[in-house]
Amino acid sequence: MILRVYLLRRLVLVIPLLLGLSLLTFTVSRILPGDPVGLAAGPQATQEIREALARQFGLDQPLPVQYLNYIGGLFQGDWGQSLYSRRLVLDDLRVFFPATLELTIAAVLIATVVGVPAGFLSAVYRDKLPDQVVRIIALFFVSFPAFWLAMIFQSILGVTLDWFPISKRFDVLLAPPPAVTGMITVDALLKLDFNAFGIALSHLATPALVLSFGSLASVTRITRAAVLEALDRDSVRMERALGIPYRVILTKYVLRGTLIAILTIVALEFGWLMAGAVLVETIFDFPGLGLYAVESSLRLDFEPIMGITILYGIVFSLINIATDVAYGIIDPRIRYG
Amino acid sequence: MTANAHDTMAPSQVARLAAVKPRQPRLLAFFALLRRSPVGTLGFIIVILVVFLALFGAWVAPHDAQANNLRARYMPPGFVSETGVFTLGTDQLGRDVFSRIIVGSSVSVLVGVVSVIIAGTIGVLVGLVSGFFGGWIDNVLMRIADGLLSIPFIVLVVAISGVLSAGLGTLILILGLTGWVTYARVIRGEVLKAREMEYIVAAYAIGQSRFHIIFQHILPNVISSAIILAASQVGVAILAESSLSFLGLGVKPPTVTWGLMLADGRQVINSAWWMTTFPGIAITITVLGVTFLGDWLRDVLDPNVRGRN
Repeated sequence: MILRVYLLRRLVLVIPLLLGLSLLTFTVSRILPGDPVGLAAGPQATQEIREALARQFGLDQPLPVQYLNYIGGLFQGDWGQSLYSRRLVLDDLRVFFPATLELTIAAVLIATVVGVPAGFLSAVYRDKLPDQVVRIIALFFVSFPAFWLAMIFQSILGVTLDWFPISKRFDVLLAPPPAVTGMITVDALLKLDFNAFGIALSHLATPALVLSFGSLASVTRITRAAVLEALDRDSVRMERALGIPYRVILTKYVLRGTLIAILTIVALEFGWLMAGAVLVETIFDFPGLGLYAVESSLRLDFEPIMGITILYGIVFSLINIATDVAYGIIDPRIRYG
Repeated sequence: MTANAHDTMAPSQVARLAAVKPRQPRLLAFFALLRRSPVGTLGFIIVILVVFLALFGAWVAPHDAQANNLRARYMPPGFVSETGVFTLGTDQLGRDVFSRIIVGSSVSVLVGVVSVIIAGTIGVLVGLVSGFFGGWIDNVLMRIADGLLSIPFIVLVVAISGVLSAGLGTLILILGLTGWVTYARVIRGEVLKAREMEYIVAAYAIGQSRFHIIFQHILPNVISSAIILAASQVGVAILAESSLSFLGLGVKPPTVTWGLMLADGRQVINSAWWMTTFPGIAITITVLGVTFLGDWLRDVLDPNVRGRN
């Protein structure tokens, strides 16, 4: 199939998925008990105030009408309004999403830069000391509760050693560079403001490091398995028989053969880390989607929760599509279809 | 033709048939296999210990896990008072950290086991139906699975637990109801393979019902994948419970859980380090134990891995 047709088909298929997703969150949020209006109006509110508030947010309409209104609004860029802060959900998402994206990209970079070579090393020295060390470390990383690790890092790197700031995205006393992408490090670089870049980076360092740990183990393990498989191929035996230096075989042939597996796991982890950011952001008070989700959730603030869920659905779908397209570029034998 | 079927068998097949030993009692076979793997044994011991503490923790614990003692707040490990030794120190209300870790194991075990049973049961059933019947049922079920997979689990859990009132039961239910997708996928794939096997055709030929075929012939052949998956999911569920309780979206006080203990100690991590260190170690060891045992189970049960290395 031609790439353009394939892309179009995949993108169209995202729509029913999002409809299903929104229906699910909508149903769960509206049918189950909970009193968002009461929570937003406060305990002293009179019946009139509560009714006015319900009317203002369209909560007095029948549920199917509410749902259709919501879906209609989504397509027109009206993602609803927070009952708690009265801010527009889309405005909030515009601020918080780049923060989470920045954090996730940083974490994925760390996980890839460390995990892929570690997995490679592990495979090349199979069952020898480096392999054992890497595998044991990886196993521990999987078993550590991320939020505990975050607390330890915060305490050691942030407080005891005082190397990095322990919360927020930027120095609270300074103004961050003007928002272009919303990712402060990128914005600072765009303005060539290296001082601001340094400040933003130091705020990003610890949360990103902690977040990356969750993926480090899987990236390492998958890379190891892929390299082992690639090393086992007849072509490698042939190349060795031809007298091609082992180093060249590894970097030139084996690495290429493992790219698909590495790409898959990195893309998957990108999605998972974005979700895992919920915990890390809460601990580091890092104002991103995750913190927003938890705060909205604790306040029973439905509209932001739905907005976040749908945004995650979109991002996840796009990552999946991008990965599938990239397969075909790396390995021309793979057909789109 | 059936008369000389023996002649057409390959020699290796004959040898294998002849080598079938009288069946060992299952439990004995289990331990015999386990003894060969030190890592598996370690995992098994950890798991048994944690389960024991979960069941009998209240009797084993040296102190009452809920007993306040405001005169002995934030006491370091090894603190001795008139009521006894506080091996791992006390928390902000003077409660014994060691006893709370022991008692807290029950929530972890409960969540780990029950949520995995719920998720596994739903997932296996969906996978069986989806794989066996195919067609539109398969399509509908798998699209639902896709939908659930396209949204990160933790976001879903945060969303749902914000809406439902949080608590132990809710948490288990959420973990169970969102966790079935992986099982369904894996089992469906296995069923698709098993469905084409000759013994299934034979079962049809002798007139067995589809219900009978699914549960008597297909299920036993695909269940080991579900068991392998379940073993790894227990650790995931335990970590999820502690994370959510930590965030305030899971189990609520006064129930004792490791996640809540970490939340209690968070603000004083630099002074009362024992309040976070020991519950953290408890979670890590438990998950490690489950992972060790799960890895070993996979080695034993998965025919693709068995015999390698």
